[in-house]
Amino acid sequence: MQVGSNCAAISLDWTLVSAKTALTHLQRLEAESIFIMREVLAEAENPVMLYSIGKDSSVMLHLAMKAFYPSRPPFPLLHVDTTWKFREMIEFRDDTARKLGLDLIVHINQDGVAQGVGPFSHGSSVHTDVMKTQALKQALERYRFDAAFGGARRDEEKSRAKERVFSFRDPHHRWDPKSQRPELWHLYNGRVRKGESIRVFPLSNWTELDIWQYIYQENIPIVPLYFAKERPVVERDGMLIMVDDERMPLRPEETPQMRMVRFRTLGCYPLTGAVESSASDLPSIIEEMLVTRTSERQGRAIDHDSTASMEKKKQEGYF
Amino acid sequence: MSQSIEQYLREQAAKTTLRFLTCGSVDDGKSTLIGRLLYDSKLIFEDQLAALEADSRRQGTQGGEIDFALLVDGLAAEREQGITIDVAYRYFATDKRKFVVADTPGHEQYTRNMATGASNAEVAVILVDARHGVMTQTRRHSYIVSLFGIRDVVLAVNKMDLAGYSQDTFDAIERDYRQFADELGELAITAIPMSALRGDNVSSASEHMPWYQGPTLLEFLESVQVDRVLVERPFRMPVQWVNRPNLDFRGFSGNVASGTVAPGDAVVVLPGGQRSRVERVVTYDGDLARAEPGQAITVVLEDEIDISRGDVLAAAADAPQISDQLAVHLLWMSDQPMLPGRQYYLKSGTAMVPCTVTALKHSVNVNTMETQPARSLSLNEVGVANLSLGRRIPYEPFEHGKELGSFILIDRQNNATVGAGLFDFSLRRAENIVWQALTVGKPQRAAIKFQKPCVLWFTGLSGSGKSTIANLLESRLHDLNRHTYILDGDNVRHGINRDLGFTDADRVENIRRVGEIARLMVDAGLITLVSFISPFRSERRMARELLEEGEFIEVFVDTPLEVCEQRDPKGLYRRARQGEIKNFTGIGSDYEPPERAEVHLRTAEQTPEESVEQLLAELERRGVLTSS
Ligand SMILES: Nc1nc2c(ncn2[C@@H]2O[C@H](COP(=O)(O)OP(=O)(O)O)[C@@H](O)[C@H]2O)c(=O)[nH]1
Repeated sequence: MQVGSNCAAISLDWTLVSAKTALTHLQRLEAESIFIMREVLAEAENPVMLYSIGKDSSVMLHLAMKAFYPSRPPFPLLHVDTTWKFREMIEFRDDTARKLGLDLIVHINQDGVAQGVGPFSHGSSVHTDVMKTQALKQALERYRFDAAFGGARRDEEKSRAKERVFSFRDPHHRWDPKSQRPELWHLYNGRVRKGESIRVFPLSNWTELDIWQYIYQENIPIVPLYFAKERPVVERDGMLIMVDDERMPLRPEETPQMRMVRFRTLGCYPLTGAVESSASDLPSIIEEMLVTRTSERQGRAIDHDSTASMEKKKQEGYF
Repeated sequence: MSQSIEQYLREQAAKTTLRFLTCGSVDDGKSTLIGRLLYDSKLIFEDQLAALEADSRRQGTQGGEIDFALLVDGLAAEREQGITIDVAYRYFATDKRKFVVADTPGHEQYTRNMATGASNAEVAVILVDARHGVMTQTRRHSYIVSLFGIRDVVLAVNKMDLAGYSQDTFDAIERDYRQFADELGELAITAIPMSALRGDNVSSASEHMPWYQGPTLLEFLESVQVDRVLVERPFRMPVQWVNRPNLDFRGFSGNVASGTVAPGDAVVVLPGGQRSRVERVVTYDGDLARAEPGQAITVVLEDEIDISRGDVLAAAADAPQISDQLAVHLLWMSDQPMLPGRQYYLKSGTAMVPCTVTALKHSVNVNTMETQPARSLSLNEVGVANLSLGRRIPYEPFEHGKELGSFILIDRQNNATVGAGLFDFSLRRAENIVWQALTVGKPQRAAIKFQKPCVLWFTGLSGSGKSTIANLLESRLHDLNRHTYILDGDNVRHGINRDLGFTDADRVENIRRVGEIARLMVDAGLITLVSFISPFRSERRMARELLEEGEFIEVFVDTPLEVCEQRDPKGLYRRARQGEIKNFTGIGSDYEPPERAEVHLRTAEQTPEESVEQLLAELERRGVLTSS
């Protein structure tokens, strides 16, 4: 199997390449992310880490453990719980916070709960807006966080390619692509006025492959849902949806079937498509990733609305 | 299979990264080139490819063929206009290296975006269209790239398919470029003839140009060696954060900017100058025997010394200099022009200090590199200026090191990043020598006058009563045997400031001079009364910061505009209303009332005598009038 590249016949003297002292790309990414986290901690008054339980969050958290060692990360984790996450995610979240001895804030939009908002009753975009976007704003306002770490990467999606590492938000949490602060060298500007805030993306320069390689190299725990296993799924609108609990209304023709599946991204279970796979350990996940030909966001229902949908969501305050 | 993947992962782990910048003008083929690199390195997934094919058909730009450019053009607004207006970062990898591409637009009005991309790139790929050759914008791109410290440049002569793959054309362009680039100093230039659209010399050698023997673009990027010198330079580490998990541990966290550091190394802390040795280099993965440039570490020293964020740890034998007066190159990045005299924050390394541009020597035309005299800098202009910092910081000339050689300027009102620059040299000679303390100083001068010197800064609308109250106060103080002086518009405007007019730049300079004179008078031990409209908060803050804590007493002479206009002692409001005076404060131009003035006089509710009593009480309370 030939992976990674198809650059044709290259014949150069490669001895030049291996400058003995240069950091490897993962060391360099790690060091940069740590630098970013420390800058935020030193300049912000009340930072928080948005913890979404996925693999990127796992990496971000691991980096935070390194950044402040021997101190513990001096900020809480915030999970915005839409109440529709996979059960295994919630278990993993509580376990992780306990093991690492970190403060975990779980925020649920109680107004949304009172109105019974959910993906089945209200559709994915209303659900996401109320239980995720609005909920996040509520939490940031309630605790008056002026800086929030998020695990987004620039390679995830076209409009993210232009996102800053320090992303400035006005008091309404809006992102204005036209008035972002230029970022030169490693001189990040985290100054905000009252009510304003910044979202900080320490993983900006990581690719999906970097994330997996790092998880492998550092042995970072991740939610078992990433590994293939027999799980009850139904096929719906071209996606394999796992029946994670009894709240999922089945259509007449649907009977859950046990299939070997895994997830490439994690979110609300009714909105997250599984892929059929037999990859049950990290090397086989990475191998599968290298040969599959679909990008990771394909499994996310919320991106399908329109080409520039993510960008619109961001302007409205979606993370 | 699983074995081969583990082998693969081991190989991956050893890869290094190259960050490069692409710049070109609209339609030179930049997006096509990047799209091609992503495509050739199989980084386009099937779903993206399907979307791309659909997009290409919809937009019809390539007659049904795939338009690689659509792959990389990002934000919705930009897509509609068909131009890239911001820096976008792309990622791809080959067997040899991982790449981060900063994709930046080439118009003059996007100079700041290019500078942003260049600041973190190691190599620049400058595109030219083979049919047009070296153009003004090629020069501009090269100048900015070299100014921001890139030494390895690829001149990508694109669209060779439209130039008949002609060697003569290519040679002429290369010759032209090298001639011009000589002026830019030491650039290592590699010129490559290519067709981004057809793939010639991008990742595989061109069949159409057998005359070209050099590397393809990708070969070059995979093999170019950068960062050669960082490790050989002396050790520097800006301290980001003091790490104190408990009373037994005190470490200083930061990333190694240059050089290496190991236990036992002698270090000096700047700007303080304390010396110590490194006891441990701590990381989560265990203590290090030696840390390399770029690594994130926590240093523990042998001695207990007071170190805070913004300080720099450096090799004791070869430390950077410190200064608060610096000559710099400055790129302006804000819609609001840069005005000499106005205060900004400067961030360099991890230090943040107040800063004023004291003189703008000239601006540089980014297209021709010619210099011209200038009084202010607007968006995307580059200038050479002098900076005065609120305190001394460690710095290095940019050409010695980016980390301590670069800075940004931040607006104090809205916190926007408004400028970026490079330190050239210090304006003081003996930066390492501590100032000689004079035997007669401010305290001695004040003591024989039985007073604590200060500035009473009267601000308020024209006609609010500033001068009346200041004059009354001065005669009362005089009666009390105190030493005073009044600075007001008249005695200053006609003398030291008579070269200044009423433009924004001049107003700022006016206040700066008055502030400096007031500071000297305070140094001389005087109670100094300044009566100036001084409508802008930022300027009053600037004056405040020239003085020591507690010396600046802002007196807000608060009189409603209607009342001032009714009084109109000099007939100025009438003339302003008739349009004879432009930018008159309160009519054509705003007055920003103080947010926390030390003294607030409401003149509509009290007589000037009562205001003076209020001021005397305040001076008494502050101990200005009792002997110290
Ligand atoms: N013939 C030819 N056309 C090219 C080449 N590279 C780019 N183009 C075309 O030039 C136009 C502008 O290209 P684009 O990549 O959008 O330029 P950008 O503005 O620099 O990003 C498009 O129509 C491309 O298809 C090339 O090497 N040969």
